[in-house]
Amino acid sequence: MKIYILWLRQIKRYLRSKSRILGSLAQPLLFLLAMGYGFGSVFQKAGQGNYVNFLAPGIIGMSIIFTSVFTGIEIIWDRQFGFLKEMMVAPMSRLNIMIGRTMGGATVATMQGIIVLLLSMLFGFHPYSFIGVLFTIPVMFLVALLFTALGTMIASLLDDMQGFQLIMNFLIMPLFFLSGALFPLEGLPKVMSIITKIDPLSYGVDAFRYLLINVSHYGIGLDITVLSIITGFFLLLGGYFFKKIQI
Amino acid sequence: MDANKIIDVKNLIKKFGDFIAVDDISFSVEKGEIFAFLGPNGAGKSTTIKMLTTLLTSTSGNISINGHDPEVEPDLVRRMFGIVFQDTSLDDELTAWENMEFHGVLYDVPKKLRRERIQSLMQFVELWDRKDSLVKEFSGGMKRRLEIARGLLHHPKIIFLDEPTLGLDPQTRNHMWEYLKDLNKKEGTTIFFTTHYMEEADRIADKIAIIDHGKIIASGNSSELKKDTNTETLEDAFLFLTGNVIREETATSVDHMRTNRRMWRR
Repeated sequence: MKIYILWLRQIKRYLRSKSRILGSLAQPLLFLLAMGYGFGSVFQKAGQGNYVNFLAPGIIGMSIIFTSVFTGIEIIWDRQFGFLKEMMVAPMSRLNIMIGRTMGGATVATMQGIIVLLLSMLFGFHPYSFIGVLFTIPVMFLVALLFTALGTMIASLLDDMQGFQLIMNFLIMPLFFLSGALFPLEGLPKVMSIITKIDPLSYGVDAFRYLLINVSHYGIGLDITVLSIITGFFLLLGGYFFKKIQI
Repeated sequence: MDANKIIDVKNLIKKFGDFIAVDDISFSVEKGEIFAFLGPNGAGKSTTIKMLTTLLTSTSGNISINGHDPEVEPDLVRRMFGIVFQDTSLDDELTAWENMEFHGVLYDVPKKLRRERIQSLMQFVELWDRKDSLVKEFSGGMKRRLEIARGLLHHPKIIFLDEPTLGLDPQTRNHMWEYLKDLNKKEGTTIFFTTHYMEEADRIADKIAIIDHGKIIASGNSSELKKDTNTETLEDAFLFLTGNVIREETATSVDHMRTNRRMWRR
C-alpha cells in the first residue's frame, strides 16, 4: 500500500505535466523523422532495408533512457522542494521508498516508450507482429527500471542540479549514441564493438528489435539475461546509496 | 530513566567535518509539555531537530524519544512524532487532499479514520473548500496551514514545529496556537517548537531552552529566565544571553538552487 501510493504519486505527477509529456516526445520524433527519412535512401542502398523500421526501436530506447534517468534524478527536486523530508520521516524503510519511486519512474518511462511506439507507427514504422508489440512492453519496463535505478543512484550522490548537465553529456548521451540505437551492430570497428557490448542500452534496443522487427544481434535470451542482471545490480546499488542520504 | 521524560537528550554532539554544529547538549522534555527551543540563526536548532526526528545521525551522545533511540528503532520513533518543517515539504503537483491522503497512507492510518480526520483537520485549517486545488496554487500561509494539518493527521504523541509561524499573519498564528494548545490539553500531545518571535515563546511555552553556538546556555520557564538575567522581557533576556552580533548563515546548495529557480520562473 505504501509502495503503491509512492508509485501513484509519480503517475499523477506525470499525467498532470502535459508540457513535460509533449516536450519529451519532440526529441525522439525529431530523430525518427530527420534521421529515419534523411538517411533512409543511403541505408537502403547499403542493402540494409528500411531505415525507419530499423531506427524506431532505437528511438523507443532513447525515449525510455532519457525519461527514466530523469525520473530517477527527480529525487534531487524532491529534496529541493522538501518533499523528500516528508518521505524520510515517515515510518517506512528507505528501501521501500526507493522501490516505490523507482517503480513509479519506470512506469512513467514505459508509458512514454509506448507513446513513442504508437507515434512511430503513425510515421511509417511497421512492427513485425502484434504479439511482438505486446511482449515489447514488459521489456520496456525492464529497461526503464534499469535506468531509473541508475538515475536514483546518481541523484543520491549529487547535492544539486549543477551536476546534471555533466551527467547528461558524459553519461546519458554516450549511453544512447553508443548503443546501436542508430546503427547496426554488425561490422563495427573493434573498439566500437567492445564499447557497445558494455553499454546496457544496446541490449535493450536489441531486444526491442527482436520483438518488433525480428532482427537481433545478441539474441533475445542474452539480452534479457544481461538486462535483468544489471537491473538487479543497479537496484541494489541505488538502494544502498539512497539509504545513505542525509538531509 | 524517568518515565515522564518523553524526549531525553544526553551529551549530544554533531560534527560536520571540523565544524561542531551541536556541542554536547543535554536536555529533556516532559510528557504533555510545551517546549520552546530558541536560538539565533545557525545556533544548532534545526540540526538538533533533525537528529531527534531520524533525519540525521549524531556523532555521539544519546537520544531517547518516548524510551526509544531514533538511530536504533527509527520506524518506531517516526510513528510517535509529527513534524512541520521550517521550509515547505508539500508536493506542489498534488492537490491539498492528495497530500493529506499520501501522509495518512504512509502512517498506516486506516482508510475510514483517515478520511474522517482529513476532513475535520482540513476544515479546521479552513482549507476544505480548496481540497482539490493543486498545492502550487496556494499562498505561503495556506501551505503552512496544510502542513500543520498534515503533521497532526496520525495523532502523534509529539509534534515538532520548526518556526511554524514564520510568515503567518497574526490571525492565522493565533488560530493555529489555539488549536495546538487545545490539542495539548485534551490529548496531552507534547509540543516542541522553535521560533524567532519571543513573545510567542513567552506566551505559549511551559519551558524554554536557549541554544547558541551549539551549546544550551540557559533553560527554565520564562519568568526564571527573566529573573536570572535581570530583564523585563524574554526578548531582552534572549539578547542578554546571546549577545547582539548578527549571525550569518552560509547559503547551502539548495538555497542556490532556489535562487536559480526563481530566475527561471520570471
